[in-house]
Amino acid sequence: MSNPTYTAIFYLFAAITVFSAAFVVFSRNVIYSAFALLFTFFGVAALYVFLSADFIAVTQVVVYVGGILVLLLFGVMFTNNIMDTDLKTDVMHALPGTFLFLGLLGALLFTFYTTNGWMLSETVLQGSVVERIGFETMSRYVLPFEMASILLLAALIGAAFLARYDNGDTNEH
Amino acid sequence: MIHSALPQFSMPLLMGNSLNAWSDALAGFSPAGLPVGLLIIAAIPLVFIALYALTYGVYGERKISAFMQDRLGPMEVGKWGILQTLADILKLLQKEDIVPTSADKFLFVIGPGVLFVGSFLAFAVLPFSPAFIGANLNVGLFFAIGIVSLEVVGILAAGWGSNNKWSLYGAVRSVAQIVSYEIPAAIALLCGAMMAGTLDMQQITIQQSGPLGFAHFFLFQSPIAWLPFLIYFIASLAEVNRAPFDIPEAESELVAGYFTEYSGMKFAVIFLAEYGSMFMVSAIISIVFLGGWNSPLPNIGPLALNDMTTGPVWGAFWIISKGFFFIFIQMWLRWTLPRLRVDQLMYLCWKVLTPFAFVSFVLTAIWEIYVP
Repeated sequence: MSNPTYTAIFYLFAAITVFSAAFVVFSRNVIYSAFALLFTFFGVAALYVFLSADFIAVTQVVVYVGGILVLLLFGVMFTNNIMDTDLKTDVMHALPGTFLFLGLLGALLFTFYTTNGWMLSETVLQGSVVERIGFETMSRYVLPFEMASILLLAALIGAAFLARYDNGDTNEH
Repeated sequence: MIHSALPQFSMPLLMGNSLNAWSDALAGFSPAGLPVGLLIIAAIPLVFIALYALTYGVYGERKISAFMQDRLGPMEVGKWGILQTLADILKLLQKEDIVPTSADKFLFVIGPGVLFVGSFLAFAVLPFSPAFIGANLNVGLFFAIGIVSLEVVGILAAGWGSNNKWSLYGAVRSVAQIVSYEIPAAIALLCGAMMAGTLDMQQITIQQSGPLGFAHFFLFQSPIAWLPFLIYFIASLAEVNRAPFDIPEAESELVAGYFTEYSGMKFAVIFLAEYGSMFMVSAIISIVFLGGWNSPLPNIGPLALNDMTTGPVWGAFWIISKGFFFIFIQMWLRWTLPRLRVDQLMYLCWKVLTPFAFVSFVLTAIWEIYVP
């Protein structure tokens, strides 16, 4: 990581992440916000790569860009007159918002400064991480894994039920 | 966990050139502290896409289409029309860069760019030769499957930004198609990954090397492998919007789909992205099922054909030939099969390909566990 090229690339991706995230929040146009989210997700994936978490980085792209962002874009694009709507909320909670912001910032800074010494792994990661991830998923984390799969199955059945063309209902009309 | 215990493979077949020798040497090449070598590594697939799209992609496709329809194809510019593509490029360069008045300027402009980046990024993990790969990730195959989602966003940006109903219809059809066909494609590739026991593209390829040539390819290593091979091939046609799954740009109903409004170089970039994706899926199917850069020729007794045709340069030759072979099949199918309707497309994906992909997944798993 001492290589200046890698440092430059790191700061490039960090800047992309932060600025696109700011654009998502401050843009008045929902479509542009959604597209800026693409760059945020990619920047975060790149930061995962810098942490040697390739698998998580690719999963980030698959899940967030391939799944969530596309869904979001579909939702935004098929809403009528979305470009004409001026994004403004009538209710402005300035005081609670400030407190929330300061509290979150304080908590993050507190954690950052009180964690003495980030624990660096003694051994450098060797070989493929994928096998380890698969092994851990199927042994130590098998219960959360199965719970997530049941949740997803329920969501799938629910989606199929909602999208189903109901014959009985149409015949009555 | 069977394959994880396999020892690292010895490399006599690489003829003294260790794995990734060229790309490692290039990555270390940084005169005056500038990462020139890294840029060259990224430029090599880019130049490759441009050259192949010019020659085989455009000219080859027109000639092959002409041959299939008993026509002559381009014949005017140069002998046999060889220079036709260059003339087309000149025309595209000179064209006025039109942005429709009612289009969303920003999305209209970045759409083709995002699309091309999406198709180009996957080239980073394609092993072009035993000595060259852009990025030797240990999740290479996963990356190649996942990065396609960037193309989806590019198509949506182009289609929505054009502010044209044909474009939007084309974009929506295209996205629905790509997102749906990713599932059988990913499960089919998972079968190949199970046979290899790794997601590393170079390791998948090395597992298929051997003195018997094609007999070591995963397609011939298991009695079920033809099923995921076929499923991935069909799904990959849909992922790159090729016929018979070209409803996103169905000329007879949608003008040209999501790139109706594009002209000049923006149109060229969209087509470059399409040709890039065509080679990408062809290379992935070659790597996972047909041995990538391995020579298909077997050693026959004293006639060591396999040893003679193995090496970094031969490797590049083999993988590009295999890729071109599958692109030829894609072009062939374009003039053979009629276009599917939208409902037929979804029927094929969800009720045919996906269940068969699961069946092949389970059968491959059983084969890999119980048959040594």
